Amino acid sequence: MTGTSSTAAVTGWAMLGLHGMAWADLLQLALHFAVLSMLAVGGAITTAPEMQRFLVQQQGWLSAEQFTASVAIAQAAPGPNILFVALMGWQVAGVAGVLAAMGGMMGPSSLLALSIGRYGRRRAESLPLRAFTTGMVPLTLGLLLATGWVLTEPTRSHWPALVLVAASAAVMLRTRWSPLWLMAVGAVLGMLGWA
Amino acid sequence: MSTTAPTKRSPRSCTELFLAFQRLALQGFGGVVPVAHRELVEHQRWLTADEFVELLALGQVLPGPNIINMSLIYGDRHFGWRGAASACFGLLSAPLLIVLALAALYRQFADQAMVVGALRGMGAVAAGLVLATGIKLLPTLKKNALGLPLCGLFGGATLVSIGVLRWPLVWVVLGLGSVSMAIAWQRLRAAEHAGPPAGPPAGPPAGPPAGPPAGPPGPSSGPPQP
Repeated sequence: MTGTSSTAAVTGWAMLGLHGMAWADLLQLALHFAVLSMLAVGGAITTAPEMQRFLVQQQGWLSAEQFTASVAIAQAAPGPNILFVALMGWQVAGVAGVLAAMGGMMGPSSLLALSIGRYGRRRAESLPLRAFTTGMVPLTLGLLLATGWVLTEPTRSHWPALVLVAASAAVMLRTRWSPLWLMAVGAVLGMLGWA
Repeated sequence: MSTTAPTKRSPRSCTELFLAFQRLALQGFGGVVPVAHRELVEHQRWLTADEFVELLALGQVLPGPNIINMSLIYGDRHFGWRGAASACFGLLSAPLLIVLALAALYRQFADQAMVVGALRGMGAVAAGLVLATGIKLLPTLKKNALGLPLCGLFGGATLVSIGVLRWPLVWVVLGLGSVSMAIAWQRLRAAEHAGPPAGPPAGPPAGPPAGPPAGPPGPSSGPPQP
């Protein structure tokens, strides 16, 4: 399984079908990701080390390069970063793999979010819920700034990139331009080697 | 930063939800939260800044991606499970196709210097956008019942422990979060006992502490109430 499936994953990048995966394998993928789903506090990316262990080291379904590229591509593309999970599923078993991986990764956490949301709506005025939001809001803002800081990591050794970080923050704060334009400017500056 | 007053609207249909979330997903490179703030708060005016932060706080603590959780809870608030599904598929559908297409392209161009450079430039902009959104939402703390000094303390401690020390989020939320919530609980209860207008010690002249968290589009709106 291991030897053939890694070659199948390489050759079958853009193919539909199960890529030689058995239904039992797909189920295992979905179940494993379903467990990770409940552990993914802070986003799916926080479980990436465990996914890497499972997909690359234990099952041999992906190469380490494919794994890293999946994360990088999803980061560069528009949309939620959780799509790296879909990309991994795609490489393992095409459309069926996307459904298994995304279904597993999103199912449990989505059901939890829906039930907590409904519970919270019924009791929006209750003291525990108000204490929760009041207490969590400062942490959330700290976390947002921390995320921005972590994202600057690859640019910190490179001052023109830091100027770009500051300039895009300033434009976002003062104008109503779409972030898309800023992204385009960033991409062009990067291509020219200025960032 | 005007966080109050300007006429608030709400989505009229599941299609409108789907399209709005799709639009924001397609603009969201390197993180969707900045665009979500711009679209939902500044353009559509479906949420006030306060409501946005509260929704983000909830989406953040729950397992799973914060923006997906936010879309599910927000969609469900308006159109039940159909709304939740519309918002969530709006976020995921078009970007999924783009990601798959990019993956196919990436294999051919991965080692080109221009591609690497473009990704780095976009990464820098993404960092700036997230920082700007964080800064833009800081004024929501003025109304927080914890008072500004404590908000600064907890926010700063989170920034350092996650951003610099790189501690796992779970422990920061369980540790700092529970202390912060316990103090908030105490302050809110004290304010309740003292009567409506008596805010917390450091509180600005805002009305009732923290305001009504889930806002008006709560129990009374949205036809299908499950």
